[in-house]
Amino acid sequence: MPVDIDIAKVAKLARLELSAEELERYGAQLGDILEHAERVQALPTEGVPPTSHPLPMTNAFRSDEVTGSLDRDDVLAAAPDADGPYFRVPKILGEEVEGDNG
Amino acid sequence: MTDPADLTLGEAAAELRSGSLSARELLDAVTARAANTEAQLHAFLTLDRDGARTAAEAADTAIAAGEDLGPLMGIPIAVKDNMCTRGIETTAGSKILSGYEPPYDATVVSRLRDAGAVIVGKTNLDEFAMGSSTENSAYGPTHNPWDTDRVPGGSSGGSAASVAVGSSIAALGSDTGGSIRQPASLCGIVGAKPTYGLVSRYGLIAFASSLDQIGPFARNVGDTATLLEVVAGFDIRDATSFRGARPDIAGGLTAGVAGVRVGMVKELMGDAIAPPVRAAVQRTIDLLDDAGAEIVEISMPSFDYALSAYYLIAPAECSANLARFDGVRYGLRVDGETTETMMGRSRAAGFGPEVSRRILLGTYALSAGYYDAFYGQAQRVRTLVRRDFAAAYEQADVLVSPTAPSTAFPIGAKTADPLEMYYQDICTIPLNLAGDPGMSVPVALDDDGLPIGFQVMAPALGEKVMFQVGAEVERLVAFDSRPALATSEVTLP
Repeated sequence: MPVDIDIAKVAKLARLELSAEELERYGAQLGDILEHAERVQALPTEGVPPTSHPLPMTNAFRSDEVTGSLDRDDVLAAAPDADGPYFRVPKILGEEVEGDNG
Repeated sequence: MTDPADLTLGEAAAELRSGSLSARELLDAVTARAANTEAQLHAFLTLDRDGARTAAEAADTAIAAGEDLGPLMGIPIAVKDNMCTRGIETTAGSKILSGYEPPYDATVVSRLRDAGAVIVGKTNLDEFAMGSSTENSAYGPTHNPWDTDRVPGGSSGGSAASVAVGSSIAALGSDTGGSIRQPASLCGIVGAKPTYGLVSRYGLIAFASSLDQIGPFARNVGDTATLLEVVAGFDIRDATSFRGARPDIAGGLTAGVAGVRVGMVKELMGDAIAPPVRAAVQRTIDLLDDAGAEIVEISMPSFDYALSAYYLIAPAECSANLARFDGVRYGLRVDGETTETMMGRSRAAGFGPEVSRRILLGTYALSAGYYDAFYGQAQRVRTLVRRDFAAAYEQADVLVSPTAPSTAFPIGAKTADPLEMYYQDICTIPLNLAGDPGMSVPVALDDDGLPIGFQVMAPALGEKVMFQVGAEVERLVAFDSRPALATSEVTLP
């Protein structure tokens, strides 16, 4: 059976502002894909450790040396909006708290 | 005289050094081939004519002075458009990165330049490398040079089509679930996915970080090994880069297969594989048998679950990686009242349907309450896949199978149903889960004149035996067909 999911909530978590029609379509498709994915749950895996990564890695260290980094102006040149040395974005806080830190 | 665009990498390198061909002449031939074929193929998103000419002239200057810039001196190479190239538009096939000019080169791109390569341009791909047909590119599909009504495979379809037709001599792609091997198979060329960590991912626009790996395409096995030798090696900028000594890659190319244990994967020779593909693979195995290989049949029961596990793990990682495209530091921004609204609108406008679908799927699989049932279980299945490989390599030195379940399919044939498209990767995905190397070698054409690929898999860091068996397959089957588009005479005004 296709899996029933709260697609509007998932879209909000994913920061995707989708139309009602898109939500319906993606919701149905995801339900089908997850139904297929549920096959993996049928496999007995008790006591099997998860693999998060193909290499047996712990930490990757490097020596603490100063090296070059990207030029700030080059990086900011790719930004949709910048102000001097900063990326600029619309206001982050909602109306109700505006001015609180006056 | 052979058109220089049809030379293999090895032949071109020899001619350049002997003086019978200049790098500029070679570039002109490849550029002319692109001019004659791009309207039908759309292999490239960007052609860097000025940069390529400068690099070719530098190669000619070096050759005239008796210098050797490296194994790729003067060789025209194409790069998949999900690898950053300084000052050259890099889109990953997405509208969200339209116009983005990276401020740096990916490590593989630096390595190409350091080896004397002439980078001709950036090739088309499924958006963010998510797809198996290159139809998910926001800039329109690439067509298969053997039949332009069909797909070239994907996601590295542009790189594969370009090498097949001769608008580059070799190319780089990336392989997360088969995105090098499957298009190599569908385009009748050689493509290899190296061991995870062998090639730096610095500057590769990330899709699924525990699966992504950059690798080479070329028209024969030896050239594919040459290109891998150039791009492989430790990189301090990639924390997952392999720190040990680089394994031998090309040392077994002429060693043959006498005594080599070749495992045929039972689960990849069943009804899901088109009969002509199965038959061609079986004929190739018989040739290996005759050449002295020891053929063993091996069962990998976890493979039946690998596709399902992959389609939880890859979307989960993609949902995290693609969070960076939020209209702040680069790419598309659609205005909104607040930053959150701006981000939601920018992402919805910038991502295509397959990318949005995978982000949603991954976000769901990682969300509270579902994490263990989906993502956690998929990671345990990943362990089972690795155990199957470990057990198989007790009995065999390499494993073989078809690369793809079918030959190239018509454009539009599988776009309506995401699951049907996902099945294209059933033969290639297990390797990505394990992190092991694998390659595709063309072995035959089907009745429609479409190429069939043969997959050779090897244990981690087993590139030497993989290329050894791949080279012997190439010698035994003597596949030398080229797509009609590459050989047709088209005269420019």
